[in-house]
Amino acid sequence: MSLLALPVLLPIFGAVVSLVLGQRPVLQRLNSVIIVTAMIAVAGMLVALTDRAGLQVLWFGAWPVPLGINLVVDRLSALMLLISAVVELAVLVYSFGQDIDERRRETPLVIFFPAFLILTAGVSYAFTAGDLFNLFVGFEVLLFSSYVLLTMGGTGERIRAGSSYVVVNLLTSSLFLVALAMIYAATGTVNLALLAERLPALPPSLGGSIQFLLLAVFGTKAAVFPLSAWLPDSYPTAPGPVTAVFAGLLTKVGVYSIIRTQTLLFPHRPLHELLLVLALLTMVVGIMGAIAQSEIKRMLSFTLVSHIGYMIMGVGLATGDSLAATVYYTAHHILVQTALFLVVGLIARLGGSTLIDQVSGLAVVSPTLGALYLVPAMNLSGIPPLSGFLGKVGLLQASAEVGGGLAWLLLGGAVLTSLLTLYAMAKVWNRVFWGCPADAETCSLIAGQDKPGSRIPQPMVWATLGLLAVSLLLTFAAGWLYDYAGRAAAELYSSSYVDRVLDGVIR
Amino acid sequence: MSGNLTLILVAGVLVAAGVYLMTERSLSRILMGVLVLGNGVNVLFLVAAGPAGRAPIIGLTAPAAMTDPMPQALVLTAIVIGLAAAAFVMAMAFRSFQLNNHDEVPDDIEDARIRALAEQEGASVSFEEIRFSDTGEDVVSE
Repeated sequence: MSLLALPVLLPIFGAVVSLVLGQRPVLQRLNSVIIVTAMIAVAGMLVALTDRAGLQVLWFGAWPVPLGINLVVDRLSALMLLISAVVELAVLVYSFGQDIDERRRETPLVIFFPAFLILTAGVSYAFTAGDLFNLFVGFEVLLFSSYVLLTMGGTGERIRAGSSYVVVNLLTSSLFLVALAMIYAATGTVNLALLAERLPALPPSLGGSIQFLLLAVFGTKAAVFPLSAWLPDSYPTAPGPVTAVFAGLLTKVGVYSIIRTQTLLFPHRPLHELLLVLALLTMVVGIMGAIAQSEIKRMLSFTLVSHIGYMIMGVGLATGDSLAATVYYTAHHILVQTALFLVVGLIARLGGSTLIDQVSGLAVVSPTLGALYLVPAMNLSGIPPLSGFLGKVGLLQASAEVGGGLAWLLLGGAVLTSLLTLYAMAKVWNRVFWGCPADAETCSLIAGQDKPGSRIPQPMVWATLGLLAVSLLLTFAAGWLYDYAGRAAAELYSSSYVDRVLDGVIR
Repeated sequence: MSGNLTLILVAGVLVAAGVYLMTERSLSRILMGVLVLGNGVNVLFLVAAGPAGRAPIIGLTAPAAMTDPMPQALVLTAIVIGLAAAAFVMAMAFRSFQLNNHDEVPDDIEDARIRALAEQEGASVSFEEIRFSDTGEDVVSE
């Protein structure tokens, strides 16, 4: 059997087994960990394979070639698969650390693991789908499991947050279907490779409306301003591990889809101005929102929106260098944003709250936690030599090379956003980690003492540490990874996708 | 390709009605909106299929007389997904009714809090109130 189907099939199989093992928590956990570890191995092999042998295609069924359903993995998809599998493993291990109590309230085992694995399958499917309709199906698979995960436990607050999340996504999915109907009516296919050949032949008005529809759909999923208001409203109420995996992965599937459609389907209409203006607004408005917040999870949700702007910036500049930087930055952002949300879960545990006015002196209570927060926070703000800095420098360089008023304005906006991110991160650091713990009479009394109840469960620490280590690896292996991202970007702009998928077909 | 005007009009009306219903606050109206919008979009696929024809079964119909089977395959998938969506919204409406005795989506509390702060003093509480930890003295003294 081909390797390509495994990232989708493994978690679906795992979800079924996990449902059967509903009453055996230990086996259920073991099953999930084995499945996700296997996915990492498969994704690693795919990265090596695509880097060596180029793009891989798998056609399902015995249909004549352009008719059936196909899976396609190129360097970009393979990297996304690998990074997402790593993040999923970290979040899974993290969720093991929850107490029985907390677990019953936050992540009931019977639902949590199957829903999580289906989410994983949906993400993998969206990254590998070779036609637009199956991209839609991948989106639906991951969205439906995200509905379940977001409203898990069914408390009033989660139902409120879930309602707006579900309504926004149902509307976007309908819009996606409208776009698909339009594409099929105009070209007679939904296969990406065939579309890449047929869309440029359409009249500009028709091709343009299809492009704008798709951009609106993927822009909403990726939380690009002005379609981003739903995100900070819904993510912070979900259980800790769930928010972490959503923040890392779901918006990036939208970003991936924007990269894919812009480079493959509409290379003839790059929409520089529109995308660059949107990127600038996303960055600046997002980070302004983050500064105003006094709750850490909401603040991080706003920085998440703001940093999506960097990726859109790379797509909007539409050069090989900018796209390479975008690919690198996306990988960096998935890891760091997830790590930060995991750390916030630890803060909530030790400090009892995530409101920055109610928690203080955590650095005294747990220096480890201080380090765990500081490294990804500095990474997100783009402090050298961490990966956030490398990605941003790549984007700024590409922007300067493109030149022109808008590119320079964007460069300024990107630097400002980076600075304001540092401000938001430092505010949390000052308020939450410095000072005296709220319940201590003097600081010296508490220093060095191990308060009962202040211990963090080991799996949570190890999961966060592991994710941090991988994000630091992006710095140490930056040379190799940047080259890889460069090759991925070059592949996106070459005709290899169409050539390899439609290999030997009479068109 | 020439479209069927009746189908296009039906789709337009259904989508408009669906979007209007989805802008309501009550989850049961949103549910109706989801159903109507979904049907409107599915009708669009029938328009995309082109002129109507005979059932696309090889051996039964000549290829020239067949209707395009592909949009029907797409619509089938969309219908199944729509069913799941309706079921989920219904479950949320019921849960909301259990909790609050109504199914209207309330405002976000945290959001309202930040807005109230902005209206009150023009800066969030976290902006002031910074003290030296050793002396307890205000860094930003009023």
